[in-house]
Amino acid sequence: MNFDLRLPIGILFSLFGLILVCFGFLTKGSDIYAKSLGHNINLEWGAVLLVFGAFMLFLAKRGKGA
Amino acid sequence: MIDIQSISLLAAAGLPASSGESTTLINLHSVDYAILAVYILVVVGIGFVLKKYVKSASDFLTSGRSIPVWVTGLAFLSANLGAQEVIGMAASGAKYGIMTAHFYWVGAIPAMIFLAIFMMPFYYGSRARSVPEYLKLRFDEKTRGLNAISFAVMTVASSGASLHALAALLHLLLKWDYNFSLIVSSAVVLAYVLKGGLSSAIYTEVLQFFLIVLGFAPLVIIGLNDLGGWNGLMQSLTKVSGPEFTHSWKYMGTTANPMGVEWFGMVFGLGFVLSFGYWCTDFLVVQRAMAAKSMGDARRTPIIGAIPKMLFPVIVILPGMIALGLAAKAGSGYSIPLGVSGATDYNLVIPSLIAHYLPTGMLGLALTALMASFMSGMAGNVTAFNTVWTYDIYQSYIGKGKSDSHYMWMAKFATVAGILISIGFAYVAKNVDNIMDFLQLVFGFVNAPVFATFLLGMFWKRATGHGAFYGLLAGTICAMIFHGISSPVPLDKIGDGIPWVQGAWLGAKFGFTSSMAQNFWLAIVAWTLCFVITIAISLATRRTKTDTELVGLVYSLTDKIKEDDEPLWKRPAVVGGVVLLVALILNIVFR
Repeated sequence: MNFDLRLPIGILFSLFGLILVCFGFLTKGSDIYAKSLGHNINLEWGAVLLVFGAFMLFLAKRGKGA
Repeated sequence: MIDIQSISLLAAAGLPASSGESTTLINLHSVDYAILAVYILVVVGIGFVLKKYVKSASDFLTSGRSIPVWVTGLAFLSANLGAQEVIGMAASGAKYGIMTAHFYWVGAIPAMIFLAIFMMPFYYGSRARSVPEYLKLRFDEKTRGLNAISFAVMTVASSGASLHALAALLHLLLKWDYNFSLIVSSAVVLAYVLKGGLSSAIYTEVLQFFLIVLGFAPLVIIGLNDLGGWNGLMQSLTKVSGPEFTHSWKYMGTTANPMGVEWFGMVFGLGFVLSFGYWCTDFLVVQRAMAAKSMGDARRTPIIGAIPKMLFPVIVILPGMIALGLAAKAGSGYSIPLGVSGATDYNLVIPSLIAHYLPTGMLGLALTALMASFMSGMAGNVTAFNTVWTYDIYQSYIGKGKSDSHYMWMAKFATVAGILISIGFAYVAKNVDNIMDFLQLVFGFVNAPVFATFLLGMFWKRATGHGAFYGLLAGTICAMIFHGISSPVPLDKIGDGIPWVQGAWLGAKFGFTSSMAQNFWLAIVAWTLCFVITIAISLATRRTKTDTELVGLVYSLTDKIKEDDEPLWKRPAVVGGVVLLVALILNIVFR
């Protein structure tokens, strides 16, 4: 089957990452982060998801080239 | 088995819609909805993309054996990752502490490795398209029928139970309308399963696996930070809950531990009978391995699944322990929520931690992960159901020798019907008290002896169809009687009696220290009886299958698989051995 799952995984987590990072920027210093012990967790975890998503996209692209 | 066991816990968490309508636990904002919407679009999108690969009934029901091994491996794990795993195991983490890890390091892992090394060759190598069909090839029609019908009923019922739990949970947390949640979540599952069939379910299960890990990991990270790391958590658990919450083995010598069961009952009952019965014979999980590209990949599937499975307690059990520690922490303002009955409802551990720690944004991600776990479980059930229905029930008893396009139509019809029946079960679960406890009980009776049948079938060529069928029946009846005469509390503490769903409905003859101990011993007794009776009847009856017919189905009559030319890291026996060793080390470290 010529279907590479890494592509949709990459798309999904890149989008999640983008949404959270943008939202994190907009809410910098907001008191909603009292819950998460003062960490802007949207920004931080959003960045993690973005990296994971981009890595999956990279693997999918490399797989296609091979 | 583990599957079914926790479903009723969940159904208990699913509070009736009429109960205490007061505050909403969680408020969602547009960013949270955006995340949920992206998720739904992507999973449904996968279904639509995969549609073009579905050309025959076997593409739809068995994926045409074409899926890469890392995908089947993660799906093998993820099909079982329904709500019972995420919510039920966190609840157990809060109830039993580290001992909950026995479900993984004693229960699941050895069984998964055994399946990979010893049993997969017969499932994949035979011409069987399902687990019941293996029984038909190995034994006879009636053994297959018994297994197929009980499996079909069980899968739609548990799918319905988890659907109910999801809708009730969303109602409780977000005040979403019960009917709305029910319809929307089943519509999403229906959309992608109907388009892409088993492939769709498998691929989305893997996506859901990553979502569950990445959605819940932040909860564990923040929680541990808050409580002063692992050591801080252990200290506070020792102080508030007692030292037995921080050891998995140290207090297993007697029943004086949170699970109320001693080591022998746990190792033999949970580790051997129940876990092997579930992981090695339940078509829901075995189906994932059967969709792999080759025999080697089919055998590597459970092993690849076992690696993350070993580490999963971090994501699913640790939150329960964190909740205990957090509730005891001065000034945290947190407590594990109460259920309708007014008692602590451990099933609300995960949702309440999400509400406590995560701000809007991350909240959407975690809730999406929670919904993904329900959908993944449901899609797994539905795809197992439509295959067993189409091949083992419809094609065998109702519509023999029809065209492929007819079976394809039937498979799609079964998919829709399976989801509709699940919805029906969800409403039954909502309206009839104890119905899920009752079903769980019946499934337990059917499941307890089943591994004996498969073990004898695969490793003893003299086992006959009559032996298998009546052995299974005897094991089930024995389980029923055992339940009827045993009590989950010691006899001198029964007092006014216990509800019949918990046992002793034939009069209590002996009592255990917990319902878990009762359950494990019930499994041990039913398994042993099934084992003995199957042997006795087999010896007394004539063989119906010749040696030639059993080639590829029985160990002694099948050529051993040669793997000498495979690199070491690809050999199931080698990798499986390493995984077992790591599991052993984990047991020792957290003893």
